[in-house]
Parts: sequence; structure tokens; C-alpha cells
Amino acid sequence: MTMLVSTCAASSAATEGASAAHYSIQNVGSDTMVNLALAWAEAFQDEHPDTRIAVTGGGSGTGLAALINGTIDIANASRQIKKEEVDRAEANKITPVEHIVARDAIAVIVHPSNPVEHISLQQVSDIYTGKITNWRQVGGENRPIVLLSRESNSGTHVFFLEQVIRLGDSKSKVLFAPDTLLLPSSEGIMAEAQQNPNAIGYDGLGYVTPAVKMVAVARDANGSFVLPSIESVNNKTYPIARDLYMYTVGRPTGQIAKYLEWIAGPAGQEIVAKLGFVPYDASRP
Amino acid sequence: MTLAVRNDLSMTNKPARRKTHISEVVAETLIRTSGLSTIAFILLIFAFLAREGVPAFFEVKADVLFGTRWYPTEGFFGLWPLILGSVLVTVGAAVLAMPTGLLAAVFVAEVSPRWLREIVKPVIEVLAGIPSVVLGFLGMLMLSSLVRQVFNAPTGLTAFSGSLVLAYMALPTIISVAEDALDSVPRAYRDAALALGATRWQTIWRVTVPAARSGILTAMMLGIGRAIGETMAVMMVTGNAARIPLTLDSLMRPVRTMTATIAAEMGEVAQGSTHFHVLFAVGIILFVITFLVNLAASLAIFQQARRAERLLS
Repeated sequence: MTMLVSTCAASSAATEGASAAHYSIQNVGSDTMVNLALAWAEAFQDEHPDTRIAVTGGGSGTGLAALINGTIDIANASRQIKKEEVDRAEANKITPVEHIVARDAIAVIVHPSNPVEHISLQQVSDIYTGKITNWRQVGGENRPIVLLSRESNSGTHVFFLEQVIRLGDSKSKVLFAPDTLLLPSSEGIMAEAQQNPNAIGYDGLGYVTPAVKMVAVARDANGSFVLPSIESVNNKTYPIARDLYMYTVGRPTGQIAKYLEWIAGPAGQEIVAKLGFVPYDASRP
Repeated sequence: MTLAVRNDLSMTNKPARRKTHISEVVAETLIRTSGLSTIAFILLIFAFLAREGVPAFFEVKADVLFGTRWYPTEGFFGLWPLILGSVLVTVGAAVLAMPTGLLAAVFVAEVSPRWLREIVKPVIEVLAGIPSVVLGFLGMLMLSSLVRQVFNAPTGLTAFSGSLVLAYMALPTIISVAEDALDSVPRAYRDAALALGATRWQTIWRVTVPAARSGILTAMMLGIGRAIGETMAVMMVTGNAARIPLTLDSLMRPVRTMTATIAAEMGEVAQGSTHFHVLFAVGIILFVITFLVNLAASLAIFQQARRAERLLS
């Protein structure tokens, strides 16, 4: 049904050109990006009343699967497309094209009273795999460490597992310690981190509230400790950062191309900063 | 005698009257279908659950399925942490709610003055209407930090917090049903006991409560039934860490229940995948446990009813 609608819109756009045609863009994917995608869609629709953009969450995998099946125009993903997904798309005669639309830093957060200011990636990994169980071992008070995480279906959880706990080693099989608290929402993580002095947690920079404390992270023990910010993500000194993507079917044309250009432009990137994500600075790739 | 005759007369009249009352036939069929549809729905649910859940027992090796690690995105489908987590939280809730519920019911039915009872009863019924999400939210924000400080636990999102919230949710049911059961014990029983020289306490404990036993048991089962199936509040306060809760301090550590697992993971799982089937298998296990609890309760009530008949005859 959605496919029908989008192809109709595409063909009418082709025949009538840019007259009073009605454009419809289907946009599905990452839950991390859903608020961002909605804000973009609303602002773009205000400027272009002839365009309708339908935004749905469901997760990065859901969005890419829909793109591969040809039912949507743009898939949002908080991770890069996998090799298998590209293969499946090509079997369907679809070439997914990647667009980096914003960046996101994952902040490591603790209770405001926690004296720990610095931590290395290796230490974060050891904490989350259960090798380090007391704050004393990383220069804090003599307190047990309580691990907080998002549920395992969240893209943020998967990114943290691959890039932090496994330190980017794709052959590593280490997992979160069984004691890790899996909380159903970002709000749950913030609530527990702001009232429990034992807690350590992580979440996207856009979700971190002022009531918790962010810890400076270093790539290795000798490296410099850096706090997450727009600056430190764009100059690549903050180690836990990722790109956020939109995927289209082939090179975008017509209104979809216009939409993606607008997102990459100043109006779109201003919204990125407003929602707490990191604007993508093309001059410093 | 006259009644019976009248009945006979109306019976003979029936075929003649039925013609004129099509509405009666319609109503009767409607009532019958809606009654039978309940059974049909249950059978359909059971068939669906079996169709989606049974493949899990073939797709996942038994030693993985009954392993101790639950991390479904990496192929760890150990169910023990979930089963034990649900059992621990539910048993904890039962231990907290059963005695307090019974004592509260005894107070309302037997001890409290009439005016107080008129206030307490409706208030308890209002308690039953509080949505579980609200209780979960309060539990997450207030109860958890209290539990952490009072018991000096690493975190307040524990099995005990879950039990407390569940006990609170089960209490209104337990109190109001048990109170009704106590209330329906004939006045003569109490009068007889008091006349024989029993104190008020002895009357309550040895006569009234045992006489209302089957009703009280029903109350307990209804309350605990609500606790086993509860999801939202539990998901918000137990921390959802899939650890095996067999150590002594487990009550003060986080646990992951079966209901919370289904609720948290069903939304994003790929349909038809192994993980999807395992989640339905968890549903089957939950269903079997609830069924056994209900069966045990019905058997207990049935046996007590027979015993009561023997005593009275």
C-alpha cells in the first residue's frame, strides 16, 4: 500500500514537474533518530506545503528491511548498513545509497556526587563485563558499581557493545555482565543515575539531563581525557561517537534529493544541534 | 405443589408462545454464542501460542534453552534466570501480601467500628483502580531510592521492590474478597462461640476465619494471579538484569521476569526468527505456571467444600 502511494507520487512528479504536484516521502527507522527525523519533517513541510513526509520509528533494522523490500523512500539508521543487507538489497535490484545526516556522541554518565572524573575505554569495558566491580578500582569511593544499560534491541546498546565493551574488535565475544540493569527507556537510565551514587550508565548526548554527571573518556590509558561535546565529536577526540545515516534507493532525485540537501544544509543542521545531537561538519570528515 | 403444576402448564404453553417471540430466540442464541465464544477464543489463543512457541524447543538446543545466560541477540536463550526471576518476585509478593491482606480483611470485617468500615472499604476499592504504570512510576522514582538506603543495597531496582509493588497491587483484591467471605459467615457461628465463653480473638481465629477459609483462599489466588501476570510496574522497578537469583542476597538484587522480557523484546524482534519463537515459548511457560497455580487453588477449594459438607451433615 505504501509502495503504491510512493510510486504514484513519483510518477506524478515526473509527469507534472514541480507544479502543484503532491509529494509523499516515507521515512522509517532508528528510534534514536525518530525525534530528529520528526523535527526535520515538520520544519521541511512548513517550508514546502506540497510535501508530506511520514516518519515512523521501529529501529534501524526495521527501516533498512523496509528499504530493501522497496516499501519506503528513506531509511534512518544509527549504524552502518551490514554486508548481508546490501546483498539482499542487490538481489531485489535496489542499490542503497548512504548519507551521513548527523553525528551522535554516547556519553558515560554517573551520579553528580561521584568523584570519578576520568575513565579510559578499557576501564569502561572492564566495568561493563564485570571485571571491575568497585569504584575504588577506578579512583572513586569504596562503593559497588551498578551497571545501567538500554535494552538489547536498542541501536545504542549494540553500538556500545561493539565499540566500547568489545573495543571495536569484531572477533571479540565478550558480553555485558549478567548483573547489568536493562532499563526500558532513556528516562529510566537518567532517573537511576541521578539518584544512585553507585550507578554508571551511558546514553546519547541528546538524552543526557543536567542532573547527572558526564565522565571524560580517553581512547587508551595514555590518551587525553575528553568530555563529549559538538567540538570534541567533530575533531574526533571524543572516542565514543558515531554517525547517523539515512539510506535511499539509488541516488536520490526530485523532492527526496531536495529534502536531503536541506537536511545537510544550515536549517537542517540547526535542528540537529537543538535536539542535542552533533551537527555534521563536512569540512572535517 | 401448586408451583410445580404451574410450571407444567407454562411448559405446555411454550411451543405456542415461541412463534410470537422471535426476540427470545435471538437473545438466547446471542447469549449462547457469546458464552461459547470465550471457549473458542481460549482455544485459538492456545493454538496460536503453541504454533509460535513450540518451534523454539526444536530450534534451540536444550542445554542452551535451559542455560543460565539470557542474551538473545547473541544466541544465548537460557530461560532459568527469567523463570527464577518471576518465581522470586511473585513468591516475595505473596509472602508480603497474604498475611497483611488477611489481617486487614479481619480488621475491616470483625474488629473495626461500622463508621470506620464505611470509610475503609471504598478507599481499598479505589486502590484497586490505580493503573499499574502509575505504581511503577512511583516505585521507580521514590520506592527504589528508599529501598536502596534502608537496606544498603547497591541499587534500589531489586526483586524486593518488585515484590513490594506487586503486593500493593494484590492487596485490594485480597482484602475486599476475603472481607466479603468473612462477612458471609453466619452470625449464629459467632454468637455460639461467644456464648460458649470464647474471647473475641478466639472467635475470630478459631471460628470465623476457618469458616470463611475457601473464600479467603480464593481471595489469595485472585490476588496472586494478578501479581504473576503483571508486567509494566515490574519492568520499571526490578532492573531487568537477567542474573540467576539463587544467592542469599538475591532479594536485594535486580532480576528479570518473564513478563518484562516479553514486553521489552517483542516490539523489535524479527517475526519468525528463533528469538521470536523463544519469546512465545516463554509465554507458554508462563501460561503453564498460571494454569498450575489456578488448578491447585481450585483443587484446594473443592476439597474444603467437601470437608465442610461432611462436617455439616
